[in-house]
Amino acid sequence: MSRIGIIGAGHGVFGRRSDATVQELAFEAFRAALEDGGIDRDRLDATVIAAVPEYHKQRSVAGVVQEYLNLNPRPTWLTEVACASGSAAIRTAWMAIQSGLHPVVAVIGCQKMTELSTPEILALMGRVGEVQWESVFGTTFPGYYAMFATRHMHEYGTTREQLLEVAIKNHHYGAMNPNALFRKEITMAKALDSDPVASPFCVYDCCANADGAACLILAEEDVANSIAGDRTVWLDGVGCATSSMSVLRRPDLTGLPSAQKAAEDAYKMAGVTAQDIDVAEVHDCFTIAEIMAYEDLGFCAKGEGGPFISDRRSYIGGDVAVNVDGGLKAKGHPIGATGVSMAVEIVKQLRSESGERQVPDAQVGLTHNVGGIGQYTFVHVFKRS
Amino acid sequence: MFSWFGKVSFVAYTKVSDFAVHLKDGRLMGSRCKQCGATNFPPRADCADCLSGDFEYREVSGRGTIYTYSVIAAAPTGFDDDVPYTVVVVDLEEGGRLLAWLGDSIATDDIEIGMPVQVVPKIFDEIEEIKVYYTVEKTGTTWEKAP
Repeated sequence: MSRIGIIGAGHGVFGRRSDATVQELAFEAFRAALEDGGIDRDRLDATVIAAVPEYHKQRSVAGVVQEYLNLNPRPTWLTEVACASGSAAIRTAWMAIQSGLHPVVAVIGCQKMTELSTPEILALMGRVGEVQWESVFGTTFPGYYAMFATRHMHEYGTTREQLLEVAIKNHHYGAMNPNALFRKEITMAKALDSDPVASPFCVYDCCANADGAACLILAEEDVANSIAGDRTVWLDGVGCATSSMSVLRRPDLTGLPSAQKAAEDAYKMAGVTAQDIDVAEVHDCFTIAEIMAYEDLGFCAKGEGGPFISDRRSYIGGDVAVNVDGGLKAKGHPIGATGVSMAVEIVKQLRSESGERQVPDAQVGLTHNVGGIGQYTFVHVFKRS
Repeated sequence: MFSWFGKVSFVAYTKVSDFAVHLKDGRLMGSRCKQCGATNFPPRADCADCLSGDFEYREVSGRGTIYTYSVIAAAPTGFDDDVPYTVVVVDLEEGGRLLAWLGDSIATDDIEIGMPVQVVPKIFDEIEEIKVYYTVEKTGTTWEKAP
């Protein structure tokens, strides 16, 4: 098997982007990735678009993006697995390159979430779970993760404050990220005082919808070496696994089995262990999700996720720097773009281009991108050399 | 008939539609595969183990224990008049699980993981059309069943 290299990475500004269409957002990230890698657009053989269709008025969004990037008649297709769509697109690109069909592939994650009205959002929100047996009781996305949190607190003594320490860390780093939606620090007092959403969560336990795009350009080993040389970052491990749609078919609601399996597979393929990871982007859609990620990825033992954040072991200078771009919490979560955004951050970290957020001597990085409540998880391992 | 199930229904047709009819009659039905005997709650028509499509309903007692819960304060469309409401995951005595609302017999402040409970079939009185659901109540709570 060839190694697959990342030769370009671009990121747009996340936020309420009432100034731009989804294809205009995609263009910003695409241009940034071409410029970042010094890549001629004609080198691209195909694109993979990641987006979740139900948020867009424009149907079949891959078509409009491909046209706006002036990439016709080259092939494109859409990947969709909820909030993990971005990583699914990267995996698909990895496979397309491995197959020999498309040596250079651009992955573009893009999402315009603020196009919908509040009633439309609330109606969508009522169908995030399994609709036959669960949504009929008014379950919500925060409500599901809240039930994980309730159980995790019960089994392992995880505290309310430990949950919010995740949000405080991610806002701390988000404040340093010019592409982040929220660029301000928060305090424990302010977080505890925010409005209830789904117990034990309040507003500051939850990430925010956002508009935005990110782009990654991947290439087969020889092409990567010839175009990017030493700046290439290698995608050496790709893991993907699933868990049941319904929480009623999952015995344990203190972790995500799909994440544990995806991590195991990605580590094995990349020839690394959890302890080798210097910098990680994990799917902190809710505070408990980052604590479960520490455990599912093997950064700490099962049940130790609470103390792991309290002891600041996921800050820069700790065991592994986690979400030092602000995470979904502070950066915002344009769902189709998120997985690609995570990869862009890891690429920049491994190239030592992250400025005041730089993790010293980062050699191995990881992304952990979850769709829904762990129905799909993708774990990718990146290396500097 | 499955559109009877839930205050807001998203699923009108399913091979286990009679679940809602039984619920209206006061019975909580899981399923059993007639081929290999595998049991399920919620019921499923097609066996996940042996792939058979031949199933029968199997009544469950509704006795169980609370696995986890959350008090929902921000509700989706159709549930805005109900907030705050508590959703509870219950492990059933006969196996399987369900998700339901906490009923009036247990105060939200008294809810505890692991506490034994009784799941009780309910009909919405305030809605004109037939709408059925179930709630999580104190153990020992009784209700009427159709003959």
